[in-house]
Amino acid sequence: MTNSFGEFADAKMFLCIGTNMTEAHPVAATFLKNALRKGAKLIVVDPRKQPLAKLADIYCQIKVGSDIAFLNGLMNIIINEGLYDKDFVENRCDNFEAFKAKIMEYPPERAAEISGVDVETIRKVAHMLATIKPAMLCYTLGITEHTTGKDNVMSTANLQLLLGNMGKPSAGVNPLRGQNNVQGACDMGALPNVFPGYQKVIDPAAREKFEKAWNVRKLPENNGMMMPQMMESLADKKIRAFYVFGENLASTEPDIRKVEHELSSAEFLICQDIFPTETTRFAHVILPAASWCEDDGTFTNSERRVNRVRKVKNPPGNAKPNWWIFKEIARRMGQDWTSNSGPEIWDNEVSALAPALGGIKYDRIENDGLQWPCPNTDHPGTAFLHRDGVFTHGKGIFNPVDWKAPAEVADKEYPFVLSTGRRLYQYHTRTQTGRSGLNFLMPEETADISVVDAENLGIKSDELVKVRSRRGEVEVRARVTAEVPAGMVWMSFHFREGSANWLTNAVYDPATLTAEYKACAVTVEKIQDTATA
Amino acid sequence: MKITINGKVCEATEGQTVLEVARANGFYIPTLCYLSGLTPTGACRICVVEVEGMRNLVASCSAPATEGMVVRTDTERVLAARRFIVELLVSCHPLDCMTCEKTGDCTLQNLAYELGVTGSAMVGEKYDYPVDYSNPFIVRDYNKCILCLKCVRVCNEIQGIEAIKTIQRGFDTKVATAYDTPLQESNCVFCGQCVQACPVGALTERKAKGLGRAWEMRKVRTTCPYCGVGCQLELHLKGEQIVKVTAVEDGAPNKGRLCVKGRFGYDFIYSEDRLTTPLIRENGSFREASWDEALDLVADKFKQIISESGPDAIAGVSCARSINEDSYQMQKLFRAVIGTNNIDHCART
Repeated sequence: MTNSFGEFADAKMFLCIGTNMTEAHPVAATFLKNALRKGAKLIVVDPRKQPLAKLADIYCQIKVGSDIAFLNGLMNIIINEGLYDKDFVENRCDNFEAFKAKIMEYPPERAAEISGVDVETIRKVAHMLATIKPAMLCYTLGITEHTTGKDNVMSTANLQLLLGNMGKPSAGVNPLRGQNNVQGACDMGALPNVFPGYQKVIDPAAREKFEKAWNVRKLPENNGMMMPQMMESLADKKIRAFYVFGENLASTEPDIRKVEHELSSAEFLICQDIFPTETTRFAHVILPAASWCEDDGTFTNSERRVNRVRKVKNPPGNAKPNWWIFKEIARRMGQDWTSNSGPEIWDNEVSALAPALGGIKYDRIENDGLQWPCPNTDHPGTAFLHRDGVFTHGKGIFNPVDWKAPAEVADKEYPFVLSTGRRLYQYHTRTQTGRSGLNFLMPEETADISVVDAENLGIKSDELVKVRSRRGEVEVRARVTAEVPAGMVWMSFHFREGSANWLTNAVYDPATLTAEYKACAVTVEKIQDTATA
Repeated sequence: MKITINGKVCEATEGQTVLEVARANGFYIPTLCYLSGLTPTGACRICVVEVEGMRNLVASCSAPATEGMVVRTDTERVLAARRFIVELLVSCHPLDCMTCEKTGDCTLQNLAYELGVTGSAMVGEKYDYPVDYSNPFIVRDYNKCILCLKCVRVCNEIQGIEAIKTIQRGFDTKVATAYDTPLQESNCVFCGQCVQACPVGALTERKAKGLGRAWEMRKVRTTCPYCGVGCQLELHLKGEQIVKVTAVEDGAPNKGRLCVKGRFGYDFIYSEDRLTTPLIRENGSFREASWDEALDLVADKFKQIISESGPDAIAGVSCARSINEDSYQMQKLFRAVIGTNNIDHCART
């Protein structure tokens, strides 16, 4: 997030696109609702009339995967009617002319045709956005989990630059992150192209810095593989050993049959986890790890806040802290690392090596955490980025982007669009919520279908249906709901049986390799009850 | 502006209430219905104080501080009024404090103790509601409800869920869902904010039942293990056992709020399913191994692959749920020891 949860209170406007906040980030949604009570406006853009949509001043029910067409059409109106922040665009941004030329290819009529939102509504949204500021744009995986995910993100940034909603409080582009420490795992350099603190591995100066710090002769100089590439390389044996730490890939990745083929092809698979999972079935070695509450460390939240996590109990049996396991493997391969606890690793290494984290030390985050960038120990942390329109590269850069349809669209054979996401009462593959009593509130998966389609197919709520894609099929109960538009099926991946990932399409954004979980083609049919047949 | 409280001159700003100024200056005023950050209702009147020049006692939670105000928080008149309110509340309250989950952390119990109320001064009608144990998270015992309505206000004004409101009138007034259904049949989302707000034993955590008394528990602040909001939790622990979880009041970013997963989704750590020893696959099944054996096997396999196929034949994914220090350590292992940048995690999904 460029901005912070604390700033929700003073926002005058929210544009929520592809974020099911009340279910996936419930506490963030409470701050949004509080702002609405104070008079803030809300525009919701989402194919599904999910709970936020019911609170919206304007709800735009776009077709799955039409985000860029919608946003470009919106910006077409804002530019053509002269409603953009001219001062911000002229003085704080680059590449406006090329961007404008691209936007001119998306008159509102074209945006309406692709997105399914009528021209008048798009115009109303444009006018509201142009007149009420500051506005926070919030998104989640509805933007990123497309083959055009990166371009979708660029498009949201284009809009906020155009409106001058950047570099100030209660504004910005705010992706709400799904996992408690996905921000932190990125910051730590668990990415194939950067060291901790986003220092590029292809930069010789960065390599030299880390070679010195880690006391090694030569660090690898090419970017590594991203996760889907790793898994595909298991099948063709280019990757011989695969180390999976705390991920249940066999259930979380698209097209489970493909994923399981890849995992079972591994010559040597190491799983380090707190529970046996669908993934550990394929392991050659399973290493039992300490869980949350069993180790001292830090998580970094969506707003870049580094928070303390505390140990209150010992791990069960012989389970060990994860950092200890890595250190022990390093020792067996000839390197003795000195840091011997979470606090030592952070204070002596992480914060010493990542400039943006330089001022964050354990003794400063006993209570509220600190938000990076926080370059020195006198620095109070940073609530919002790009203050006064000063960006990492100097100016904000407009990126012209084109709309492209999802890789697989509905056709005669598979006439429905399947879109996927998370539900309130479970978390991912339920390794944790499934063992905390939450099954009481959500005992099984459903296929959410529209009232119209249910009528046409003769399906009632709670009846068993078969949902089938080119990759697999599942049997689940139907949930007939007004949330879902005609032609769409919506499911989650919380339950192994009936997981959407038997159906999802393993196609990826070319730059980020994020899979298109949000769109594939399926059929739905009623399963005749054998008792009555 | 300046106001005087119990003889001390206190600095106050426009819009501050007498209660806020008093608390900021270290004076004790009890409250039952007051909720920081929300418009005061002044319903319970336990926070009354004496203000010079005013005939009646004033509810400090809703009285704005004004220039030159002279306030006393501890006169016999004030204490008598508070005592009378507590007498009334206790007259219809079950006196089963010995077995009540809230004992030791109950505002009503504390006030009765502080003001010397025994429950014998007035004998009133008692409620006879069945206790609702129908869900695994929230026990609802409206026999103990003092109708402060904090639960209703946090549900409606803080969480924005609007699952509960009052029904009936007078003595029969009761907090309920629409049509008085069980919570799981209403639009309740089980965030449990009502439980955290309840000052008495009317709403308690089902999982905490019988696990410990308030005074036996230590509190440890930590960060929620679920989504990316990073809510600050207070773990209430007896030994190694989490008895319950509440939100850190006023902690950033969640400001005292939680959702169902953060508040009730913690006990997976105690599951019998936990992995407790290294396992090595042999002839199609897993056998237990020592750490030395498992780690030697991993290190030897890595060394063999590096020498045969180079370091780029090894790849790994880190965990977006575990602590920063673990991810740092894993990427260091891959880069500095194995010699590859084939390290990633679920960053983009």
